[in-house]
Amino acid sequence: MKILVPVKRVVDYNVKVRVKPDQSDVDLANVKMSMNPFCEIAVEEAIRLKEKGLAEEIITVSIGPAQAQETLRTALAMGADRGILVQTDQTTEPLAVAKILAKVVEAEGPSLVILGKQAIDDDANQTGQMLAALLGWPQATFASEVKLDGEALEVTREIDGGLQTLAMSLPAIVTTDLRLNEPRYASLPNIMKAKKKPIDTKTPDDFGEDITPRLQVLKVSEPAKREAGIKVENVTQLVDKLKNEAGVL
Amino acid sequence: MSYRAPVRDIRFCLEEIAAIDGLKATGAFPEFSEDLTRAVLDEAAKLANDVIAPTNWAGDREGCTLKDGEVTTPTGFRDAYSAFVEGGWQGISAPTDHGGMGLPRALGAALMEMLQSANMAFGLGPMLSLGAINALIAHGTPEQQAMYLPNIVSGTWSATMNLTEPQAGSDVGALRTKAEPNPDGSWAITGQKIYITWGEHDCAENIIHLVLARTPDAPAGTKGISLFLVPKFLVNADASLGERNAVKAIGLEHKMGIHGSPTCTMDYAGAKGWLIGPEQGGMRAMFTMMNDARLHVGVQGVGIAERAYQRALAYAQERRQGRAIVGEGDAPHAIIDHPDIRRSLSIMKAKIEAARALCFHTAVEADMAEHQDDEEERAWAKRREALLTPLAKAWSTDIGVEVSSLALQIHGGMGYIEETGAAQHYRDARIAPIYEGTNAIQAIDLVGRKLSMENGLAFEELIEDIQQTVEDCATSSNEDLHYLANRLGPAAETLNAGARWLLSASEDDRLIGATPFLKLASEVTGGWLLCVGAVAAQRLLKDESAESDEDYAQARIDLAYIYSEVVLAHTPCALSEIRLGAESVFEPGRFMLESQ
Ligand SMILES: Cc1cc2nc3c(=O)[nH]c(=O)nc-3n(C[C@H](O)[C@H](O)[C@H](O)COP(=O)(O)OP(=O)(O)OC[C@H]3O[C@@H](n4cnc5c(N)ncnc54)[C@H](O)[C@@H]3O)c2cc1C
Ligand SMILES: Cc1cc2nc3c(=O)[nH]c(=O)nc-3n(C[C@H](O)[C@H](O)[C@H](O)COP(=O)(O)OP(=O)(O)OC[C@H]3O[C@@H](n4cnc5c(N)ncnc54)[C@H](O)[C@@H]3O)c2cc1C
Repeated sequence: MKILVPVKRVVDYNVKVRVKPDQSDVDLANVKMSMNPFCEIAVEEAIRLKEKGLAEEIITVSIGPAQAQETLRTALAMGADRGILVQTDQTTEPLAVAKILAKVVEAEGPSLVILGKQAIDDDANQTGQMLAALLGWPQATFASEVKLDGEALEVTREIDGGLQTLAMSLPAIVTTDLRLNEPRYASLPNIMKAKKKPIDTKTPDDFGEDITPRLQVLKVSEPAKREAGIKVENVTQLVDKLKNEAGVL
Repeated sequence: MSYRAPVRDIRFCLEEIAAIDGLKATGAFPEFSEDLTRAVLDEAAKLANDVIAPTNWAGDREGCTLKDGEVTTPTGFRDAYSAFVEGGWQGISAPTDHGGMGLPRALGAALMEMLQSANMAFGLGPMLSLGAINALIAHGTPEQQAMYLPNIVSGTWSATMNLTEPQAGSDVGALRTKAEPNPDGSWAITGQKIYITWGEHDCAENIIHLVLARTPDAPAGTKGISLFLVPKFLVNADASLGERNAVKAIGLEHKMGIHGSPTCTMDYAGAKGWLIGPEQGGMRAMFTMMNDARLHVGVQGVGIAERAYQRALAYAQERRQGRAIVGEGDAPHAIIDHPDIRRSLSIMKAKIEAARALCFHTAVEADMAEHQDDEEERAWAKRREALLTPLAKAWSTDIGVEVSSLALQIHGGMGYIEETGAAQHYRDARIAPIYEGTNAIQAIDLVGRKLSMENGLAFEELIEDIQQTVEDCATSSNEDLHYLANRLGPAAETLNAGARWLLSASEDDRLIGATPFLKLASEVTGGWLLCVGAVAAQRLLKDESAESDEDYAQARIDLAYIYSEVVLAHTPCALSEIRLGAESVFEPGRFMLESQ
């Protein structure tokens, strides 16, 4: 069985993002970029399935600029077998990505696609679901546990107020939540091995997809600054303020 | 405040200043590439930031404990060590024949910086193993290498370096530990070693001690010293662990800093050991280990300075106090807006970058000295490495102390209170100018051996390089670089004048000038390398391609400017201290030795 793991190159989670002065977007010039943390979890899960002997090959794919190769190398250093870079400098919207992924699935024939539930840049939380719809495959999103037994997949997912367990058969789409696993650190020998693993470079055109953005960003602004708090004298005053000033009681 | 490895600064330093790229041409590093450097540094940074740095505080609070000859390291050290081993990091620069990764030592030095920043007490363990690996590669027999190297390279076993005895510190030649031949060709080692770093601990399965001792009838002094390998557990022919050897930790020092590092008194009671290299050839073997270790201790100075700087910067952004002229919004403003705090931070940063450049330049030349094809170029690199090693060790460790003191100062009263962690960096930093040959011993090495080596050739070559950079700055299309030339030029002349004076001075006069000369030589060399960085930055500024980061390039030039105005501008004054002369401090009555 093959597993496909799409990975996205996003602004590193440690970076304090800044908005461009013209408010057109977040300023990404010379900012540290890394693999989306939810994608790391997806790669890790695929590797664990392979280590248990449940998968033969892990293919990782990224749709993005030339530098997304580094992101693919990170996945390869963790343990994926080969990579596909669909190179574009366009903004990548979930629908366009899902369409390309559907074509990659067609070409590569994986039985399982594991994606991050969302990317920490636009937090869209759509690609996995859209891909499932395009392929007509069952989907289990926000996975916190994945069990595979032959063709039978059992996924525990985090939902408001608890956990839900779904059973489905392959082929299927899984999107990962934070608690699914703790991604490994790539070891030095594996970083070096990753350099020799193949990465195929393609373009959206190769898949016949037009990825021109369909959404228009009107304005990007900083979140409102938090006002300084105040100290209240006593509980009566607290209740009064909550009731009459904050209007939350 | 958590630590974030400065991957970008490190890369700039390796690539644009130390020209690590040149190693590709040697053919000795087939795997090495820019992409690989980036991937390795990024992954090393994750390990340092997320796995090792979080153990730093517990290490300081808890320290190590010794019971019945067994040392327990602080909470988290064992797991961090396992992660380090599993990642294969110990072998980064070891040859592939011995299970290493075969990458340049300069990349090893970059990893070392991150480890030392993350947790200096922890980082000492891997640092000592690295030194032992190099000594065994250079001087061990093929059988010894096959028996011990794979496990030290993987980190499964660690290693130590045993020189010091109560009466033999700076003067290693005074050591008394005895080695007597056993019938089976091994030796029985008897004596006591003190201050042995990571001499006993619970992180690795075995500990390989490299011990200096004296064989029967050996001449006095350093000539009579031999190097022995003494394992904690004897190793069977199939590499499994055998009997416990007669070596044991009998004491643990109570120290000012690096509490997480077990500093042991080791008792050798006829312990079984094997000779490394020829009998009475111990000093030569030890020097292989020491050159490397000296550079790494210099890197440690950079690492601790970087950590302290990051903490000070974060505090300065948070702490509000008073009204600042440039402050936005209502007072109190963040203290980073106060001019004096900005000035401190800028000088701290500039000195860290200068020391880092000095260490990495030395490291790249150490690689070149081993792997350059051309014999002359190899010899050139060897001279440069030899000349700069004492500078890298002494000056960088002094900067570690200076910067961590400034970082503490930026914390105001909170700096003196332990809970902020600023005080720990200062306490940790303080050991580095002492061990691995005190900074005074480094200065003596510089003026006694390195300066006059091959008729002063290494020094002349350094001055030539500096003058070339003065020229590059002076003729740059960017006028900002002309200021650099105006400072670096006279600084180089002063350095030359200081060297000429020392070379013609009497021995005692020369030794009085040793420490101030080392400081001058380091300040000028560090400044030169920052200027090399500025020239590279100017090239990047002119580069039209989208890849280049103009803000960063401009910042490199600004940093060199600050350094040249603050440090280089002072250098001409250094001559008077260098020429102080022995008479003024040794003649009776010339200064008040006794307080009255
Ligand atoms: C925490 C710690 C860890 C250590 N780890 C190790 C280890 O792993 N292995 C090991 O073998 N040793 C280790 N050491 C020992 C360390 O290398 C010595 O402390 C150091 O070499 C200085 O020797 P000393 O302490 O005897 O000082 P001394 O030699 O007594 O020096 C005292 C002072 O005199 C100066 N001085 C001495 N001789 C001269 C001279 N000829 N000219 C000018 N000035 C001179 C020194 O610079 C110093 O300022 C460690 C020490 C410490 C504190
Ligand atoms: C052990 C100890 C004993 C003490 N004993 C006493 C005592 O007996 N009585 C008492 O009243 N206090 C005492 N103090 C408090 C001490 O005087 C203060 O810590 C000191 O004045 C600094 O104030 P701070 O700690 O708030 O630092 P901050 O004022 O926050 O200063 C932090 C940093 O910002 C810099 N800074 C602040 N403002 C400016 C500015 N305008 N321009 C440039 N730089 C600026 C400072 O130089 C410092 O480097 C004690 C403190 C300690 C640690």
